Amino acid sequence: MELIHLSLHELRDKLREGEVTSVELTRAFLDRIEATDHRINAYITLCKEQALLDAAEADRRRALGCDLPLLGVPIALKDIFITEDVKTTCASKILSNYVPPYEGTASRKLKEAGAVLLGKLNMDEFAMGSSNETSAFGAVRNPWNLDCVPGGSSGGSAACMAASQAAATLGTDTGGSIRQPAANCGVVGLKPTYGRVSRYGVIAFASSLDQVGPITRDVEDCALMLQAISGFDPLDSTSVDCPVPDYRAELKGGVRGLKIGLPREYFIEGLDPAVKAAVERAIEVYKGLGAEMIPVSLPHTQYAVATYYLIATAEASANLARYDGVRYGVRSEAGTGLTSMYEKSRAEGFGAEVKRRIMLGTYALSAGYYDAYYLKAQKVRTLIRRDFLEAYKQADLMLAPVAPTAAFRLGEKTDDPLQMYLSDIFTIPVNLAGTCALSLPCGFDEAGLPIGLQLMGRPFGEAQLLQAAWAFEQATDWHKQRPAL
Amino acid sequence: MKITRDEVQRVARLARLELSAEELDAMTGQMDAILAYVEKLDELDTAGIEPTSHAVPMENAFREDLVRPSLGTEKALAAAPAGQNGCFQVPKVIE
Repeated sequence: MELIHLSLHELRDKLREGEVTSVELTRAFLDRIEATDHRINAYITLCKEQALLDAAEADRRRALGCDLPLLGVPIALKDIFITEDVKTTCASKILSNYVPPYEGTASRKLKEAGAVLLGKLNMDEFAMGSSNETSAFGAVRNPWNLDCVPGGSSGGSAACMAASQAAATLGTDTGGSIRQPAANCGVVGLKPTYGRVSRYGVIAFASSLDQVGPITRDVEDCALMLQAISGFDPLDSTSVDCPVPDYRAELKGGVRGLKIGLPREYFIEGLDPAVKAAVERAIEVYKGLGAEMIPVSLPHTQYAVATYYLIATAEASANLARYDGVRYGVRSEAGTGLTSMYEKSRAEGFGAEVKRRIMLGTYALSAGYYDAYYLKAQKVRTLIRRDFLEAYKQADLMLAPVAPTAAFRLGEKTDDPLQMYLSDIFTIPVNLAGTCALSLPCGFDEAGLPIGLQLMGRPFGEAQLLQAAWAFEQATDWHKQRPAL
Repeated sequence: MKITRDEVQRVARLARLELSAEELDAMTGQMDAILAYVEKLDELDTAGIEPTSHAVPMENAFREDLVRPSLGTEKALAAAPAGQNGCFQVPKVIE
């Protein structure tokens, strides 16, 4: 297989064996990006010169005996990660000229692990979307079918992996934005437990829901990336101070005796038949590997989307108040006073979906409506979280679809925001509960579009989640498929 | 009607967003539909349920009151649309 199609851990081995240099590898990915990205649009910013300099530096350090976990490995980051001196736009016009003066924690940790930054990846504007169609820098296309969406909001990250344009990427997940695009693009995506990975330097959408996670070629790569970015950070007061296990230590332990719960509310009418069939086949694979499937219930599932679109929009309205044209970002020339400057800068700088969510959130928090909407949603959130904690008393993990369908066509859902929101039904509950979950490939539909399997884990149960995912992956070869680009 | 055009206009003012007449109309329709959907939550009796504002059971994330280096004025002003004398410059606030 060509270099660019190999997994991160395979490339790491080659770098260590001296079979390839970081410069050669970086060049290979840069060539791939040049050959394919005009069709996919996964990258917003390419760091060509700097990447080659960093790669050369990595090769020099390796020659001196240095060996860091990701030394010389070319990666890319969703453009939501603040990278010092590298333009960071969050796919919005309002930050189209923003060059950050500091580095965020997750990207700093990858740098310290020796990784080489290829560039910043396209996404839905301010992480608001499920199709990567709301970006101010153009939609991203699914490498498996260029007329289809890659999913969102980390559409660029998932498409980049599917198109072999980097060895690994990071995305963020607030309502499914890692898992759903990973499923749509046939790659692995993990949303860690809230507080596992620092949010310092991650442009905030909904602060009680946002989490950073890897989108990778396979499960072992996911474990490697998670290892590099996890841990308590004093700069993020919501990061949790609990030990980070060795995610690869138990990776190959198997699933014999593991109790996997099947939440009945996720196996409903309206599931695409191909998705249903793929997930049912996956259940059989797990039984064959020695896992025990048990029925469970998450009774408040049907209220998750409504709950999310009140809490997330409310938090977003507060988080996006900072984009006022004063300290950074684009300022409107047409302002006739301070308030007018705010109103016009924001009107000119934000896209329609962002405006819609800010409006909803502002309304839900406003006097007279706070109790009926925001407070009510927070109480329902308690019920949703309780459902998960109850289920984990009987099951070690849970298994479900990621989305009701495989990737839809560009433009198919853009006219009806509510329809778009409802497609997040299976991913949103995990964000509300604050627990962890991942998506890995489990098949294709008749149109050749990838289907993802969702595994949901206990709070801080990422090691067990990865172990179960690895067992399934090794028993199948979905992860070896590549689109014909 | 869950929300009127006037209410949407009021919310836009609160959110410091200038909406065109077309945007206002479209926004009213869309918000109306979404607000109708979220009324679903009224099906649930949440009396006595504590609200969850934070998914992880954590309190009082304090740090030691120690002075550490900060960003510095120069870096802080570097991305500003307009700056002068170490300050961010904005249109006149007081007439």
